Amino acid sequence: MAVFPAAASVHPPRFLMNIVLKDLTKIFPKSSRNKSPVTAVDNFNIEIPDGKLVGLLGPSGCGKSTALNLISGLEKPTHGRIFFGGTDVTDLPPERRGVGMVFQNYALYPHLSVLQNILFPMQNLKGKERPSKEEMIARAEEAARLVQISELMDRRPGELSGGQQQRVAIARAIVKKPGVLLLDEPLSNLDARLRLQTREEIRRIQNETKITTVFVTHDQEEAMSISDLIILMESGVLNQVGKPQDVYDYPANMFVSKFLGTPPINIFKGTVKDGTVYIGDVPAAHTDSGFEGEAAVGIRPEGFIPDRNGILSCGLSRVEVMGRDTSIVFTHPQAESGSGRAIVSSESLSEVSGTTVCFSLKSSKIHVFDPVTGVKIETRPG
Amino acid sequence: MKNSNFKAWLFLLPAIAFLGVFMLYPLIDVLIYSFEEGYNSASQSYWGIGFYNYSYVLRDPYFIQALKNTIILVIITVPLSTGLALLISLGLNSIKALKNLFQTVYFLPYVTNTIAVGLVFMILFKKTAYTDGMINLLINWFGGQSVDFIEGPYWAKMMVMCIYTIWIVMPFKVLILTGSLASVNKNYYNAAKIDGTSKFRTFTRITVPMISPMLFYLIITGFIGAFKAYSDEVALFGTNLNAAGMNTIVGYIYDMLYGNSGGYPSYAAAAALILFIIVLTITSINLAISKKNIHY
Repeated sequence: MAVFPAAASVHPPRFLMNIVLKDLTKIFPKSSRNKSPVTAVDNFNIEIPDGKLVGLLGPSGCGKSTALNLISGLEKPTHGRIFFGGTDVTDLPPERRGVGMVFQNYALYPHLSVLQNILFPMQNLKGKERPSKEEMIARAEEAARLVQISELMDRRPGELSGGQQQRVAIARAIVKKPGVLLLDEPLSNLDARLRLQTREEIRRIQNETKITTVFVTHDQEEAMSISDLIILMESGVLNQVGKPQDVYDYPANMFVSKFLGTPPINIFKGTVKDGTVYIGDVPAAHTDSGFEGEAAVGIRPEGFIPDRNGILSCGLSRVEVMGRDTSIVFTHPQAESGSGRAIVSSESLSEVSGTTVCFSLKSSKIHVFDPVTGVKIETRPG
Repeated sequence: MKNSNFKAWLFLLPAIAFLGVFMLYPLIDVLIYSFEEGYNSASQSYWGIGFYNYSYVLRDPYFIQALKNTIILVIITVPLSTGLALLISLGLNSIKALKNLFQTVYFLPYVTNTIAVGLVFMILFKKTAYTDGMINLLINWFGGQSVDFIEGPYWAKMMVMCIYTIWIVMPFKVLILTGSLASVNKNYYNAAKIDGTSKFRTFTRITVPMISPMLFYLIITGFIGAFKAYSDEVALFGTNLNAAGMNTIVGYIYDMLYGNSGGYPSYAAAAALILFIIVLTITSINLAISKKNIHY
């Protein structure tokens, strides 16, 4: 096989670019399905930096895919602007924006071979932009090598496994060296094991190509594990943007704290009185916010330390050991669903016996929220 | 094993008996008739066995005329009706407002009685003592001479017949194609849009391959249907199709059996087998082409 110079290395895209969304809003007019207009994306202001892998995270139906379609140009915003690397692309059609996109079901053309699928975007180019036939094939082979499907070039999509189809879809999306790569629920059609493997793969491909990448997911673990930055949204509203660990450690509101983390955060009914946050009559945290009255106290599962002399006394339901995790399922009258789950170290189980269990609490794992608005109430250790 | 085989045959028995009596036996009988020379249906007797019936039919000018008419009809109407149906379906699929209304309108001819449609064509094309017909009015409007479409020159009659056939077969094709176009996953089009695929290329490289199984089905059934055309011609030109010069192969077969020149089941059987061989050949060619180009 002839080696073409263009295929010798993985080129970074011609223009690395950041994505800026300014007051971006999409309202779907009322239709037979929707009795009233639906605001899928509500006034987004985000800057997605150059060459980063960004997870757009939220529960199903929150408008993530719409947001992605706005960035790709498949949907036109109701108002607001989109900038790629400083250029306003709001009014440009998708093909002029220089985006590559991977669809949830991959949308590989079933009647074309893998090679033909990857060639397809380049064959659309006209005039001077259109590479020669040899170069097209060289670039397709380069993209295929990057996603490690070189030996599958003659197959039809129907003859590939889900993971392989996913790779072909990525190869097709990056073959034109787009400045922005968009992935819509890239892992949702894969089984659990393949999902783990493929998400590492996406991370690797992004690292190698340095393309600014946005991927949509409803799986917080997926987003947390590979993203440089996560954007968390709920019913069209932007909730928080930040590094995964930061968002986990400093959730902006109750929704964010509940959405991130498995097992989920334990929410207790509490009260704030004179700057002290109580669960029942147990002082759990302190606040200088001036907030008084009922509050929701969230404690991460890893914030509980079994301790005979601990302040929070709970009923012991059972101890579960699953692989490396040991968790204690406890009951507490103030807990949101009557019970909760703590992840503890296996050594600390010596502290547990009988029908009650006492915990001391890690203050950094406690988050207090206004129970009505969900807004975070700042606390301080003490 | 034996027992279960027996059971299977038992289950198949009603279907086999039915098909045997009403399909297989008549088919074999037709084959036999076609080789019995000088068969007389009254006395159930014949002179001998041979190819005389075939050579008679193939030399009969009425059959040659019918064959010619049928082939012209097939060649013109199958591609035109399929192409037009595809265009209309594409149109229907790209509009939102009034889509259902138009779908119904396009489907109406399919549920309308052939004779009623024939009547409409009479109003459009037939020359009577009182009027030359709507189309002739239009022709006159633009300064042309009236043409007798029903009893006039051959090309005029053939044109009416083709338009009529297209009109009759198109609704079903529109229905099928609209359905199969709507079932193509929108993501393919979104992917094509992202890649900047032109409308034309999207159509030829994505839409057509995606609906190719249905297109193929329509073309094959279209060919077979057009080769078997008969009733539409009667609706337009009356029962004496030979006199009108507009007979078809099936019409010829009918005439040989029951028409004024009828009473010759052997000739009819030979003509039927010739038709069968033609349809079989065309279908085989279609299948051979489809192997390469149809994407299931």
